[in-house]
Amino acid sequence: MTASPHADHLAQLNVATLRHPLDDPRMAPFVEMLDPVNAAADAAPGFVWRLVEEGTADATGLRPAGEDVIVNLTVWETQEALWDFTYRSGHLEVMRRRREWFERHVEAHLVLWWIPAGHLPTVGEALERLADLRAHGPSPRAFTFTSSYTAVEAARHLRAAPPARPEQAARSARPASATDPAAV
Amino acid sequence: MEDIDAIAALQDPVRRRLYEYVVAQGREVGRNEAAEAAGVARTLAAHHLDRLTEVGLLESGSRRLTGRSGPGAGRPAKVYTRARAERAVSLPVRDYRTAAELLAEAAEEAGLDAGLYAAARRRGESLRGSAAPPGGLEEAMEVLAARGYEPHLEGAEGTEGAKGAEEATDAAPCVVRMRNCPFHAVAERFPPLVCGMNLALLEGLLGTDGPVRARMEARPGECCVVVETSKNNRD
Repeated sequence: MTASPHADHLAQLNVATLRHPLDDPRMAPFVEMLDPVNAAADAAPGFVWRLVEEGTADATGLRPAGEDVIVNLTVWETQEALWDFTYRSGHLEVMRRRREWFERHVEAHLVLWWIPAGHLPTVGEALERLADLRAHGPSPRAFTFTSSYTAVEAARHLRAAPPARPEQAARSARPASATDPAAV
Repeated sequence: MEDIDAIAALQDPVRRRLYEYVVAQGREVGRNEAAEAAGVARTLAAHHLDRLTEVGLLESGSRRLTGRSGPGAGRPAKVYTRARAERAVSLPVRDYRTAAELLAEAAEEAGLDAGLYAAARRRGESLRGSAAPPGGLEEAMEVLAARGYEPHLEGAEGTEGAKGAEEATDAAPCVVRMRNCPFHAVAERFPPLVCGMNLALLEGLLGTDGPVRARMEARPGECCVVVETSKNNRD
C-alpha cells in the first residue's frame, strides 16, 4: 500500500451465512474462487486493506458473527473503487452464484462507513456498524451502496449528532450464536 | 435539455454518422478523425460535434492527440466521447424503468435469482427461435448488435492470453466484448441479479453447447459478459 491522497477511506463489511460447511463438495466452486478473487482485490485500483486471519490467505476461518457466518472486511480509497471491484470484476461471478452457497439474509448483510485514512477497522467496530444499519437504517454512520453518504456528509453528521447508543443497536439484533452482542 | 430534443438532434444524417462513429470507438475521438470517418469537412464536423455535445449526447474535453506532453507536444485538441446519460422517449409517456426497478427490488428481496435466470434463459431461446446457435464469433456479433449490445472483437489479454495463443495456432484468441449493456440502469442498482439475468438471456440466445458461449467477465464501463469460441468445439 502506498501513501493515499485521500484523507478518508471507505470501510466495508459483509457477512454471509454458509449453506454448507466450507469443506462440503457443494461449496467447492466458491472455495476455488477465493484465492483468485482475493488476489484480484489486492491488485484492484483503490484497494487499501482486507482482513485476513493470521497465517492464512483470507478471513473465512474467523467466525466472529456466528459459527456458520463468514465475514469480509475491507478498506478502499473511494466508493467507486469498491463498487468497481465488487460488481465489475471477477467478484461479480461469486455474487451471481451467491444463492447456491449462502443463505438469503432478511436483514442488511453489507455495511459501508468512512474511516480516517490509516485506521484499520476492527471486527468489533465493523459488526457495530452493521448493527447500527440494521437498527436505524442507512445514515452517514452506516450506509449501503444505494443509500450512500460522502465522507464530507459523514464528518458533518458526526459533529452534529452523537453516535447511536449501543443498546439501541443491540435491541433489534436477532439472537444468534454470536459471542459479540452486536453481531447477528 | 429534454430527451426529445437530444434525439431530434440525430435526425440530421451527417450528425448521426458522426455520433455513431464516436460512440463505436469506445474512446476519445478528435475532430479530424471524426470528419474523415463521416466524409465531411473538418469545420462542418466540428459544428455538428459541438451541437451533439450541447444537447448532451456527447461529452467533450481536450487532450494532446500526439500522446506526448510538456513543451513542444503541440496544442491540446478537442475530443469527444459518448455522454454517460441515457435518453428515452415514449409517446404517450410510459415508465418501464420504474417498473423494472420495482420488480428487481422485489425479486432481490425475495431471493428469486434462480427463477429470474430460468425465465431469461427461456426468453433467449425463444428469441433465437428455430435458428441454430451462431456458428462463430462474427455471427454472434450480428445477433448481439441487433439486440443493442455494441459488440467488438478483442484479443485475449495479458500473458495468459499469449500462452493460449501458442497452443491454439488455428485461430486468433479473440473474445467478443460489448460496449453497451441494454439493462445498464437496472444492472447498476441490482448488479448480481440483473447481470445474472443478462448472462442467462445470452446463454439462451447463443446456446450453451454450440460453437460459441457466453461467460461472465465483468469489467468497469462495459457489459459484464464476454462471448468466446467454445473450448469443446476445438476438438
